[in-house]
Amino acid sequence: MNAGDTGWILVSTALVMLMTPGVALFYGGMVRKKSVISTLMMNFAMLGVVGLLWVFYAYSLSFGPDIGGLIGDLKYAFLNSVTGDPSGTYATTVPHLAFMMFQGMFAIITVALITGAVVERIKFGALMIFAVAWLTLIYTPVAHWVWGADGWLLKFGALDFAGGIVVHINAGLSALALVLVLGARRGFKHEPMEPSSIPMVMIGAALLWFGWFGFNAGSALSSGSLASSAFVATNSAGAAAATTWMLLAWNQRRPTLLGIATGAVAGLAAVTPGAGFIPPIYGVVIGAVVAVVCYYAMIAKMKLGIDDSLDVMAVHGVGGILGVLAVGIFASTTINAAGANGLLFGGGFTLLGKQLVGTLAVGAFAFGGTWVIAKVIDATIGLRVKEMEEVVGLDLSQHGERAYGGIR
Amino acid sequence: MKKIEAVIREERLDAVKKALETHGVHGMTVTEVSGRGQQKGISLQWRVGEYRVDFLPKLKLEIVCHDDDCDVVVESIMKAAKTGRIGDGKVFVMPVEAAYRIRTGETGESVV
Repeated sequence: MNAGDTGWILVSTALVMLMTPGVALFYGGMVRKKSVISTLMMNFAMLGVVGLLWVFYAYSLSFGPDIGGLIGDLKYAFLNSVTGDPSGTYATTVPHLAFMMFQGMFAIITVALITGAVVERIKFGALMIFAVAWLTLIYTPVAHWVWGADGWLLKFGALDFAGGIVVHINAGLSALALVLVLGARRGFKHEPMEPSSIPMVMIGAALLWFGWFGFNAGSALSSGSLASSAFVATNSAGAAAATTWMLLAWNQRRPTLLGIATGAVAGLAAVTPGAGFIPPIYGVVIGAVVAVVCYYAMIAKMKLGIDDSLDVMAVHGVGGILGVLAVGIFASTTINAAGANGLLFGGGFTLLGKQLVGTLAVGAFAFGGTWVIAKVIDATIGLRVKEMEEVVGLDLSQHGERAYGGIR
Repeated sequence: MKKIEAVIREERLDAVKKALETHGVHGMTVTEVSGRGQQKGISLQWRVGEYRVDFLPKLKLEIVCHDDDCDVVVESIMKAAKTGRIGDGKVFVMPVEAAYRIRTGETGESVV
């Protein structure tokens, strides 16, 4: 047990917790006024529902003793055997409870990320059922494959430092599948859908950026040099992507706050899988490249006419894929001996190939699995609100609340 | 009696108010409205690309005055609200059939 490591993981856990309300504000500012409460609610509710299921059984399915490389068993259900002593398997210098809760915050934000694709038309009850099913059937196996002791992708050698595969590719591809079942918002492409509050988007992005230090540097699971390296890589990628996006928008017309906030999030998402494997200066390269790629991914999405409303696929999916593949290029064992050398540091194409396998396997599983879950929910209770409820807005129709005051 | 409805730029309210005060016109009702004229709104930027905002925020002034004062009120508003750029607004004049003061119950010209 190490006091410094324990302190850092507890702080990191709290930092990552703040990312979920950060996502809520990031998303809430981008939707129309009539959908602000519902968008915030979709995210904040995950702190409750996923937070609860995590300690009931989801942690155990993700990190419990391995079954065939595919899933954990129920040894840790209801925190059985999860104590103040280190687990002996994960984060061996911090209490098992701290590691469990740190991982729980990742599960919460991953489910919350998906909601950005389906805002303004999904039934709240259906979304909650989706969250339970998705956490159980998609998140826990993927987390186990990539991070669980003896998970097949971990043993195979695919690297994911802080969740490029588990969080961003998983959420992005799942969001895309859910949108394809749910369909576009009424008036999509015809009505102007003006963001309710761009300042709120910036507050959300800032909270995400702040929380991301816990997300990535916390994933070192210790408070030493690796955490510092991941911290610097993270900030450098966020800064490079924010600046690049600002320049892209400036070139098109004017530098927008919505754009720079989006760029920052894309950069942070892309550096996540590599934060603790790459020399931190390469965070700049990843950030700059991902900003350009995500920018054009959004333009392509608009042309395809898919209403992934707040670009979960274009930011997290595409950003995550790019970041996971970048690990195969920029990873160096001088930074993290537990990693491997990428293309740039003499590792050849081996690591890049493994990263590609991880991307394809999880991408296909997340997309296919989510599509099935969404179809089942749609065929039973229905995914979508009634037409009139959508026109009135989900704030009033789903929650009986409105974000901004009445006549006085 | 006439009712003057003027749709003006938000930033011209102070100037219009002062201009009307110099002619002794103090009473008015101001409402935040949104609308569009010939230019059909403006375009703003989304994360990538643009979207059109059809209805722009404006202020609507409602002033009821005596027939004799109508021209000078309209003229003051026209002068003070003008910037010369598209979107300066419009002024409408209409007849008023009756007027009542709620507090005293009086009616007619003296209410204005």
